[in-house]
Amino acid sequence: MERTALPGRLTWQLGDVVATQPETARTKSLTLSVPKWVGHLAGQHVDIRLTSDDGYQAERSYSIASPPEDGQQLILTIERLDDGEVSPYLTEELRVGDKLELRGPIGGYFVWEERLGGPLLLIAGGSGIVPLMAMIRHRRAVGSSIPARLLASFRTYEDIIYRDELEREAKAGMAVEVIHTLTRTQPPGWTGYSRRIDAELLREVAWPVEQHPLAYICGPTPFVETAATALLPLGYEPARIKTERFGPTGGPDGQHDT
Amino acid sequence: MSEGFISRAFHGRRQPDDVAGRLPPGQYLERGFPVLSAGPTPHTPLERWDFSIGGIVKEPKRWTWQELLALPHETPTVDISCVTKWTKFDTHWEGVSVETLLQQVDYDPNVAHYVIAFSDGGYTTNLPLADVLGGKAWVAFNYEGQPLAPEHGGPARLLVPHLYFWKSAKWVRGLRLVERDAPGFWESLGYHNYGDPWKEQRYQGD
Repeated sequence: MERTALPGRLTWQLGDVVATQPETARTKSLTLSVPKWVGHLAGQHVDIRLTSDDGYQAERSYSIASPPEDGQQLILTIERLDDGEVSPYLTEELRVGDKLELRGPIGGYFVWEERLGGPLLLIAGGSGIVPLMAMIRHRRAVGSSIPARLLASFRTYEDIIYRDELEREAKAGMAVEVIHTLTRTQPPGWTGYSRRIDAELLREVAWPVEQHPLAYICGPTPFVETAATALLPLGYEPARIKTERFGPTGGPDGQHDT
Repeated sequence: MSEGFISRAFHGRRQPDDVAGRLPPGQYLERGFPVLSAGPTPHTPLERWDFSIGGIVKEPKRWTWQELLALPHETPTVDISCVTKWTKFDTHWEGVSVETLLQQVDYDPNVAHYVIAFSDGGYTTNLPLADVLGGKAWVAFNYEGQPLAPEHGGPARLLVPHLYFWKSAKWVRGLRLVERDAPGFWESLGYHNYGDPWKEQRYQGD
């Protein structure tokens, strides 16, 4: 297993919100300028800490959506959970000119760099696409020719995060192949998949094992369990299936687990 | 460098005092049971499952599933805290204490200072020996009265509730006693070597 140790101490620092961009009705991207950012790998996350005026604090983890090549600019894509404590603040209250306290990068396993090879099989459930988008953007930024395929599952067409960028990406040279499945409703003329992921769907989408693929799966726990379990009988090596899960119930609105 | 920073217009959702006092710093109360793992869930058939203690011991010891179940059980009720910031109160477990297992192993406590727990799937985590003795750690196979589900580490996981939950290795298959400490899986990836939630030892240097 590849190891990328994080040197030194992760200190809290302030980032400036320099842009906000709604992605879907429930998700929003925040662009932060973080002057002392030490850099990250595609797939890592940050801890966010909110502090009220009486000293009460809440911390959560969120994936970084931007590639390392963006330098001191970080993009976080946050899904608003209605009963959440932190995500409604980040998606509805926070605005350009505000500051946000964070530390990172965190997590050295669910990461992709070109030297790790591929072909890449990226499997996203809902906002689990965020760290995978960092990998797609990184792949593009370094001009990698490693083949990459994204299978992303959303409820409806309107819920697809990064839809326009991925459409452009799919048309570019050395493109990422983008395959969507919509589990709840599909627009007229939809040609993608129309069901929850299952073993058969993955058999159709997954790279042949002879190509020694590298799989990254991120999403809610049942989604990740289904996807990871379905890759094993295809011959995928467990050590080349990297997973990150979040959810599943009630309170949590940190996006990320490690 | 961000001392004294206040998040504009953040009010938060305070917990009642009895809850807040039980939550380690930076944690929130979770009522579900999130799942965290780095790879696919392994499934080892019980007839092939065993638990072993090796390393610097006079003779390595191994228990089959049936032999483990035949040992005295304990039923700890504990709060658990994950480094990803959720804490769950009053979780009910059943298992065999690591102390009970170590009593059946001949080792020199003046030399064996640490244990490396190892799991199906290649996961490892390191702990001071003292942290798995004295009724502080178990090999747990039941959760809330049911066999521990595979995604939560079944058939058996380590349970070390006074440390962040990544130390409670899922799918645990044994312990290796060692003289010198060596980082396990997450400890090699930037997470804290010891992981005390009350000191918020999440990452290296905390």
